[in-house]
Amino acid sequence: MLRLPPFEYYAPKSAAQAAKMLAEFGPEALLVAGGTDVYPKMKRYQFQPKALISLKQIKRLSGILGSNSKGFVLKSGTTLTEVASHSSLSKAYPGLAKAAGVVSTPILRNMGTIGGNLCLDTRCNYYDQTHHWRKSISWCMKAPGAKGVLFKPSATRDESIPCRVAPGGDRCWAVSSTDTAPVMVALGAQVVLVSAKGERVIPAKQLYCDDGIRYVTKRPDEILTEIHLPPADGIKTTYLKLRRRGSFDFPVLGVAVALKQAEDKTITDCKIVLGGIASYPVEFEQAEKMLIGQKPTLELIEHVAQTVFGPARPMDNTDYQIYYRKRMAPVYVKRALLELTS
Amino acid sequence: MATENYSVIGKPLPKVDGIAKATGQTKYADDINLPRQLYCKLLRSPHAHAKILSIDTSKAEKFPGVRVVLTGHVMPTEFGIMPSSQDEHALSFEKVRYVGDPVAAVAAVDEETAERACELIEVKYEILPAIMTIEDAINKSEPRIHEKHGSGGNLSKIVALEFGEVEKGLQEADLVQEDTFFFQGNTHLPMEQHAALASYEPDGKLTLWSSTQTPHYVHRALAKVLQIPESRIRVIAPPTGGGFGGKDDPFSHEIAIAKLSMMTGRPVKITLTRDEVFYAHRGRHPVLMWVKTGFKRDGRITAMHFKSHLDGGAHGSYGVASTYYTGALQTVTCKVPAYKFEGVRVFTNKPPCGPKRGHGTPQPRFALEVHFDKVAEKLGIDPVDLRLRNLVDPDSLTVNWLRITSCGLRECIEKVADASEFKKKRGKLGYGKGVGFGVGSYICGAGLPIYWNDMPHSEVHIKVDRTGRVTAFSGTIDIGQGSNTVLATIVAEILGLMPDEIQLVTADTDLTPIDLGSYSSRVTLMMGNAAVEAATNMKKILCEAASMKLEVPVDRIELRDHKVFDKANPAKSMAFEEAARLAESKFGALAAVGSYTPPKKPGTYKGSGVGPSPAYSYSACVAQVDCDPETGDVKVEKIWLAHDIGQCINEMLVIGQVEGSVYMALGEVLMEEMEYRNRMGIHKIPSLLDYKSPTTKEMPPVETILIKNAESRGPFGAKEVGQGPLLPVIPAVVNAVYDALGVRIDEIPITPDKVLKALDLKAQGKEPRVGPTSIPKAPFPPALKVEPPEEWKSQLMSTL
Ligand SMILES: Cc1cc2nc3c(=O)[nH]c(=O)nc-3n(C[C@H](O)[C@H](O)[C@H](O)COP(=O)(O)OP(=O)(O)OC[C@H]3O[C@@H](n4cnc5c(N)ncnc54)[C@H](O)[C@@H]3O)c2cc1C
Ligand code: SF4
Repeated sequence: MLRLPPFEYYAPKSAAQAAKMLAEFGPEALLVAGGTDVYPKMKRYQFQPKALISLKQIKRLSGILGSNSKGFVLKSGTTLTEVASHSSLSKAYPGLAKAAGVVSTPILRNMGTIGGNLCLDTRCNYYDQTHHWRKSISWCMKAPGAKGVLFKPSATRDESIPCRVAPGGDRCWAVSSTDTAPVMVALGAQVVLVSAKGERVIPAKQLYCDDGIRYVTKRPDEILTEIHLPPADGIKTTYLKLRRRGSFDFPVLGVAVALKQAEDKTITDCKIVLGGIASYPVEFEQAEKMLIGQKPTLELIEHVAQTVFGPARPMDNTDYQIYYRKRMAPVYVKRALLELTS
Repeated sequence: MATENYSVIGKPLPKVDGIAKATGQTKYADDINLPRQLYCKLLRSPHAHAKILSIDTSKAEKFPGVRVVLTGHVMPTEFGIMPSSQDEHALSFEKVRYVGDPVAAVAAVDEETAERACELIEVKYEILPAIMTIEDAINKSEPRIHEKHGSGGNLSKIVALEFGEVEKGLQEADLVQEDTFFFQGNTHLPMEQHAALASYEPDGKLTLWSSTQTPHYVHRALAKVLQIPESRIRVIAPPTGGGFGGKDDPFSHEIAIAKLSMMTGRPVKITLTRDEVFYAHRGRHPVLMWVKTGFKRDGRITAMHFKSHLDGGAHGSYGVASTYYTGALQTVTCKVPAYKFEGVRVFTNKPPCGPKRGHGTPQPRFALEVHFDKVAEKLGIDPVDLRLRNLVDPDSLTVNWLRITSCGLRECIEKVADASEFKKKRGKLGYGKGVGFGVGSYICGAGLPIYWNDMPHSEVHIKVDRTGRVTAFSGTIDIGQGSNTVLATIVAEILGLMPDEIQLVTADTDLTPIDLGSYSSRVTLMMGNAAVEAATNMKKILCEAASMKLEVPVDRIELRDHKVFDKANPAKSMAFEEAARLAESKFGALAAVGSYTPPKKPGTYKGSGVGPSPAYSYSACVAQVDCDPETGDVKVEKIWLAHDIGQCINEMLVIGQVEGSVYMALGEVLMEEMEYRNRMGIHKIPSLLDYKSPTTKEMPPVETILIKNAESRGPFGAKEVGQGPLLPVIPAVVNAVYDALGVRIDEIPITPDKVLKALDLKAQGKEPRVGPTSIPKAPFPPALKVEPPEEWKSQLMSTL
């Protein structure tokens, strides 16, 4: 079987202690929560951190607090199974519960955490491969691979090595593949980032950036400790996921919609966020604007959905043909909008 | 004899090894460890096609923990599964032919060390252009992938056969239908990755434990390449965690660890990673097909011409047989009065293809059954009736000289159509929903061994001791299909015991007599017949001893429920153990043997060796689908599958094989693909996550209907079920998609993008079809003209 490379393992008991360790180790260390993404990738030598700092022993990093009226606080170490099955949370934000509940398989959801899901590495068919495979194609920008040393540590961009998807360019197009991030962005969630230097709170949307390598704005020395969700307050949410099979598969398109309607059905607020089509969850503001202030009709919804077709520009680095994924974007947006408004 | 008269045959008893498997206690090859064992890793080629200029192992040898680094120069003898495919080196040293081709092996104190040392081996390559497609291989004879093997250029095998007058038949037809199809390659995906352990002992004897379906052939390959006598080699196949044909070949890793053990004097173990299993492959050939058939207005076939083009990958493997199989069994389900087959298999720079469940026949079966569906529509005949109108007769010879014995196809067709209400549903379920139909047939074991010899294909020994303990010895290997249960059940039935009381010693070339292996659906029929003979011989011995004691003529003695008794007066009886003791006192050691050799093949022409079988199983399938015209998704709602089993040895196992076949077929028809990045010559997605195989969520309910017409050549009348039920499922789904949406997808897998493409064409008023539009011009030789059997000549005159 594939073997893990050697690494040091630390299990601090508090977030502060973990933050201190991160500061001391610098970029050589990597946080691990459920490990469902970290370990498989280490086995493929996509990165080889010197030290892993586990968040598993930090009791205060797990749990769901709050209520429908006050809003919720999700501790980052809460498992996806808990997020998917929490009764008041899933009533307030069915879209979030749905997204958490379609991640991978039941077994992985028992291990995987919501924090890990939000910080999930981007994916690419040229990157999520074994060392031997990547060596065969002579590496790529995101995983430069062997050069003199056996295996290279993580997060080392090497621009002299081309991207295999778009060899002419100077960037990595690896795909944001987290199921819950689009919903968090659509809900206007805030994330709490803690480091040895202090704490900051930013909107989930600002956690992500359009770069397959540095896909989060979170610094390597920061820990995502909490996610704050505003009161549901009449917001309706849903999440639709395109994938080949009913289990296991990452989203190759994820559509999160959150919207509010007035008594007379007029849409007063709307967020449409797509995952799986770019290196970050993409919000379709134009489509949102077309809906706000309108009463939804089938024609309007179809028209609005069609506007995501152009800007949805997946690359050929996941499952399915690109054109198919692009074509599915409006279909899924339409279906999500119909589900919430009918 | 009716099933009710048997005590254990046909009963849904649990598998004899079921509890161990369900509780994780079965010891697979990777579970076996020996003291002082070393671990092996293989260095594999990063290039699809390249000359090896040099291999420098010096740095790797100095790496702490490394014991030996092995390259291919010391094992230059070529091997391969068939006499015609001796084209593999244990480790490549002249050139590499696919990404993943093994070039060096390291034995070290642990796996990590071996893996790191592999990185230190420096191989200099001269990269050659890679041949990645069937068209390229046919059109480009340079660079040659194999200088010394195949049929010239990059052709691995090319054949042409004609039985009867095909041109004449086509001229007499009222409708001539011509179609092209493509069946994409896919792989077996057994849960167990190949693992092996070799131990070379101080007495100069080598033992290999390996997850293989063919210990006997591995045995031969080891002897050949290592150049040690077969008598000094022992091959043991522990229970295997799934094979499906993927463990039918002898492999590089088996030979490499044997050599490493000889060099180090220590046991050496290897377990392939999942991506290595993709490279070992030997899976379903991608096949491009063309078929032209003539029909009378009433639906009767007048003649058929079939061409197949197989993408063989980098080695011969079973390819010669695979090539013939794409043309052999068309005639076993329908009467074809004149038949021409042209087949070509090419070498490409991809992992080698070989046998996968249905070996070489799912591809043409898909083509044929979809072809017939189109014809049925054109002739205005129900697809079910079209098959019935051309139905083969039991006890007949096909035009290409295959002997059909029992044939339950009519019952299969009628029952499956009834149960699914096919005729009522077809065309009437509304847009998006549909039903499809298909049939199939498969061999119950290849009539010929892989290397030419006259000896039995399977032998069984039975020993009974004075405690009444019965042990059966057989070379068969249980790959999950249940051959252990079959063996135990047959012996138990004849000796009047329960299956779990029979001790089994299997798949060990030192302890067990020959069985050629778990391939070609041969085990139940061949090992079963050998077991019947051995157990019957043992029964005779026991009856004779009991007859004297009970003072009853020997032919009145029966064995059942642990008793040996007088059939006329069951009160006159003794316990089985007592009969055993009496027999041992009288005759000495109690041993009996049985063996099975298939009947001689009826055909004598060159190429007649592929296709003959002691018997053929039959299946018919109806699939019901729900398609989403907006997303192109095809959801299979239900499968009805009728299978002509002859007789179940264990009904639960039979149903399990049907359901497993359905599952595998659905993967092939809807999603599985061995996809390559042709420019880089590399497999696109060699992982369990990204190679899409269905999950339980995609698995529809399956209604299995078993047709039990005892087969005279089968043990207790049994036929195969391991592979046949897969065949009709694929075309049934394809035909159902047509019924649902009115589009023809003549290329599998039917992925959603293809469905949408076909719907787009339909909307544009174009032919709503996705599939290949032409075939390359292969240099087929003039067809070998074969006279059809006598009965065909007279039949021809009466039917045409
Ligand atoms: C077969 C398979 C299928 C999968 N399918 C899906 C899928 O369908 N959808 C999906 O979204 N995911 C999928 N995943 C990925 C993964 O299982 C989930 O995303 C999971 O939620 C990750 O959480 P984790 O706790 O295991 O993360 P880990 O593996 O522990 O960490 C993931 C990343 O997040 C960082 N991280 C973790 N916690 C924190 C924190 N508190 N603060 C800062 N950084 C942190 C880690 O450093 C690492 O970079 C799949 C994985 C596998 C192996
Ligand atoms: S998008 Fe390009 S750079 Fe990024 S992982 Fe894929 S191949 Fe590498």
